[in-house]
Amino acid sequence: MAFSANSSFLYGIAVLVIIFVLAQSVFFLVRAYRRGVEMGMAKEKLRRVMISSAVFTVAPAVSILLGVVTLSKFLGIPLPWIRMSVIGALTYELPAASSTAKALGVSLSEMVTDPKVYTAIAWVMTLGIMPSILLPPVLMKKIRGGVVKLRSRDEKWGDLFMTSMFLGMISAFLGMVFADVGKGAAGLIPILVLLCSAALMGVCGLLIKKKNMQWLETYAMSISMIGAMVFAVVIAPLLS
Amino acid sequence: MKDYMKDTDRYGKIWIITAAVIVAMVPAAICIRYNAWPELTAVLKGLMGVAPIFWTVGVIEVITYTPMLGVGGTYLAFVTGNLTSLKAPSALSAMESMGVRPGSEEGEVISTIAIAVSSIVTTLVIAVGVCLLTLIAPLLNSPVLKPAFDNILPALFGGLGVVYISKNWKLSVAPLLFMIALFLAVPSLASSVGVLVPVGVIIALIAARVMYKKGMV
Repeated sequence: MAFSANSSFLYGIAVLVIIFVLAQSVFFLVRAYRRGVEMGMAKEKLRRVMISSAVFTVAPAVSILLGVVTLSKFLGIPLPWIRMSVIGALTYELPAASSTAKALGVSLSEMVTDPKVYTAIAWVMTLGIMPSILLPPVLMKKIRGGVVKLRSRDEKWGDLFMTSMFLGMISAFLGMVFADVGKGAAGLIPILVLLCSAALMGVCGLLIKKKNMQWLETYAMSISMIGAMVFAVVIAPLLS
Repeated sequence: MKDYMKDTDRYGKIWIITAAVIVAMVPAAICIRYNAWPELTAVLKGLMGVAPIFWTVGVIEVITYTPMLGVGGTYLAFVTGNLTSLKAPSALSAMESMGVRPGSEEGEVISTIAIAVSSIVTTLVIAVGVCLLTLIAPLLNSPVLKPAFDNILPALFGGLGVVYISKNWKLSVAPLLFMIALFLAVPSLASSVGVLVPVGVIIALIAARVMYKKGMV
């Protein structure tokens, strides 16, 4: 059987994996929605969460699609499609592919045609990510137990604990934006984009509170993110 | 309440273990179909280049994100990926806008809904994108749009930052100042921001504990 990185066999596998991911997502969505209704949460509110999450996801999803485009230049479409739909992220898949290519002494500047090189890359991508998928079931009971214990012992500290975790995570990403400051004007772009996004969110917050525009709450995150991305397109040519 | 959480844990385990098997079956199926098993040394060498970092990040991510995302959200997010750039912000933003507490059952429900919808939309956008790739690839790769996608993280975390910091600004001072100083001093750390998330979390927790004990928060 002649190998091609874009064979219909590989597309077939990709479709099966995609169906599995969709099935798992729908399964959890339906259960959580039903439970929410059972608990007395308003259907309208639950729907608003769904719309808000869906709108918010589109721009990052296009950026993930860009990752598929990048990887498809040497791996064809099906494997990157699978990898980016399940577990993957470009920040992991690209180093995994380059590390294997380097070990085998092949270049990734053109399409991989040797099936053994292709399968080696596929295995490294798969094995490298396995802890992320095998550990949650192992550690869940312990972590979950810890959270419940924390809350039952001191509710106020429990809330502060969770908020601090979020803020710790957000701080790491906000701090990262300052990494390129030393690169001159172009290094300021991420900071300006961050400030633009923050300002847009601030304006949305004011409109929601002062003008009673509650509907805006559903779209505030998407507006600030996409608005800041458009801002990046406008200022990048001026600063680089 | 207990039953829902218990069932979610049980179903979650079944789904994630099935996912692990399916993920491992992909390269195995390709090897069998094309009779092209790679050299073990090649795989090991390739793995040596990424496993030390990515296995460590994997462990850190599971410990850090599980309490934030809840049971269902965790099982789903770790299968569908893109945790930091999409699933975690999506869950956080949904829980915040609904005013539910993470770790509570309400938080669990909202986080799971946000992550599930986010996963479905991502999968569909990629699927549609793949079908139309020849049409949209030039657009996606256009130099005009490049700055937009290069800056997606600042665009995302700017808004999310405002929501969280404005509500709890005292808690955010220590981790934020530390992270800004760290990245200004060592810019090359930007590529390993995943490893720094737990560092930020630990600093935020220590600062919060001190302030809580002193009655400042």
